[in-house]
Amino acid sequence: MGGCAAHTQDKKYYGGTLSEVIIQAVGLTRHFGGLRAVDGVDIAVAAGSFHAIIGPNGAGKTTLFNLLSGFMKPTSGQVLLRGRDITRLPLHRIAHLGVGRSFQITNVFPSLSVLENVRLAAQAQGRDSLKIWAHAAAFRRYEERARHALGLVGLAARAADVAATLPHGDKRRLELAILLAADSELLLLDEPTAGMATEQVPLLLEVLRGIRRDTGKTILLVEHNMGVVMSLSDMITVMHQGRVLAEGDPAAIAANPAVQSAYLGEAYRHAP
Amino acid sequence: MIRRIPPAGWAGAALVAALCLFPFAMAMITGQPVGEGAPKFWQGMLIQVFILAVYAMSYDLLMGYTGILSFGHALFFGTGSYVLGIMLKHAGWPLWQATLMIVVVAVAQSLIVGVLSLRVSGVYLTMVTLAFAQMFFILAEATDFREWTGAEDGLQGIPIPAWLSPTDQRLRFYFVALGFALIMYLLARRVVNSPTGAVMVAIRENEPRARMLGYNTFVYKLIAITISGVMAALAGGMNAIWNLNANTAMLGVGTTINALLMTIIGGAGSLVGPMLGAGVLQLLGYWLNAAFGPRWPLIFGVVYILIVLFFPYGLVGTWRLRGGSLLSLWRRRFGEARQAATDARR
Repeated sequence: MGGCAAHTQDKKYYGGTLSEVIIQAVGLTRHFGGLRAVDGVDIAVAAGSFHAIIGPNGAGKTTLFNLLSGFMKPTSGQVLLRGRDITRLPLHRIAHLGVGRSFQITNVFPSLSVLENVRLAAQAQGRDSLKIWAHAAAFRRYEERARHALGLVGLAARAADVAATLPHGDKRRLELAILLAADSELLLLDEPTAGMATEQVPLLLEVLRGIRRDTGKTILLVEHNMGVVMSLSDMITVMHQGRVLAEGDPAAIAANPAVQSAYLGEAYRHAP
Repeated sequence: MIRRIPPAGWAGAALVAALCLFPFAMAMITGQPVGEGAPKFWQGMLIQVFILAVYAMSYDLLMGYTGILSFGHALFFGTGSYVLGIMLKHAGWPLWQATLMIVVVAVAQSLIVGVLSLRVSGVYLTMVTLAFAQMFFILAEATDFREWTGAEDGLQGIPIPAWLSPTDQRLRFYFVALGFALIMYLLARRVVNSPTGAVMVAIRENEPRARMLGYNTFVYKLIAITISGVMAALAGGMNAIWNLNANTAMLGVGTTINALLMTIIGGAGSLVGPMLGAGVLQLLGYWLNAAFGPRWPLIFGVVYILIVLFFPYGLVGTWRLRGGSLLSLWRRRFGEARQAATDARR
């Protein structure tokens, strides 16, 4: 088994303190025919941490996300959320337990307004969705939460626009706002900067930094942008061919020779 | 505090007022009594529009709002008319009890169809719903139940209470049908504006995303199919009262296609669109029939294609686009075609 991957444990050491584990995979495996996309992965994410998963294309990162968020069921292994087995729970139940997820490919409600996209996320967390005789707009708190989330990602001015008309970078931020409005404790972000123009990345970085600083949410993300990963992460897990290759803080990962040869390559060794 | 009524609200109120005055205006214009001749005939025409409007609107809840493309909507409409007929004619129930029975049967039927068909989606769901409707169509035609359903002859001679006779009390029936359509519209609007309605729209837009947000989409789809089914069944019951019979055609594919046509002509996802679509289908059908005889559907087909080309979101849906975007839409659609034709000629 790879590196210093965590095994069944409910506390995890990071940043000098013992922290509770929020989500944990135990021997998580998913086959696609003969391909072992995810192959016996053990990973534990500390509550309140910023944890990045990196690895070359095809390493199984997105499949791991699909398994952790309940979007896909594993061939074997378990997913534990705060020690509770959520492996076989339906998607909407997992969402209610505080797991929110963004997608690599933008995944919003295209012909609804930006505000309605986010308002639906807020409404999903409440208990009013079956009040068929009430007017949706009467539940002000959902709209307020949506507007607050849009403010956090800097999209407040576009609340009335139709989601499909947003530029790509704004759609990525809309996805973040959806997660924030859902008030998930654990945010699984699948390549939040994917397809974004270079000049928009710092803006998103700032949003992520703000979320981490102000909300105490746990963020687990898959990301190819090493600048984002190295500057924000408390912990980095490196995946390679469906397995965990290494795990550690950014400095340890940057210095790890196995990781360098598998993924980071020569270029990164000389970077600051 | 005075609630501000939006322009669309005033337009709706004006339309209802105009429909209330219509029989009397017709009587004044033609000089005939309100219960005879042309006024009576045109009341009948609009009564059918009102009934079809409710049926079309029920389909819109499913297709336009929740994104479920059912090919079995006639099932609810037809069953509603048969339940009413059987309850009045064979069970001798009073009208209100028969109406209640329509609701009970429709709820049971929608839940069964929903639970079995919503396991699949897309084309498969469409085919499963079609199969259900065909099943009941065959059941209604079966000679085994001739005593109850009249088999291929249909259930004829449903005894309607004299006070609601569609022939002798035409004006009264007109207002009952108008009230029925109005109440159903207000109920449907209430549903689509509710938090539940918002989730239905989310399902239409992107169902996996809705699930990921924490919505058990199956439950919401089941609610949509049930409300839609009950509404269609009540329209079917109303239709049986109007025609004094229930027949197998009401359960047939043609009836489902009509719902689809009315919804697309008027504009899916707008409630009023499909109601307008019902009016267009009914009135245009009448005039085309008068002008071209029994081959009128040929002409109607052409009209339908033109509507879909020029009003891609239906009459109401396209109207709601701002004027400028409609023009640019036509320019995009036909400008490119013209450009391509010019290029081809070179």
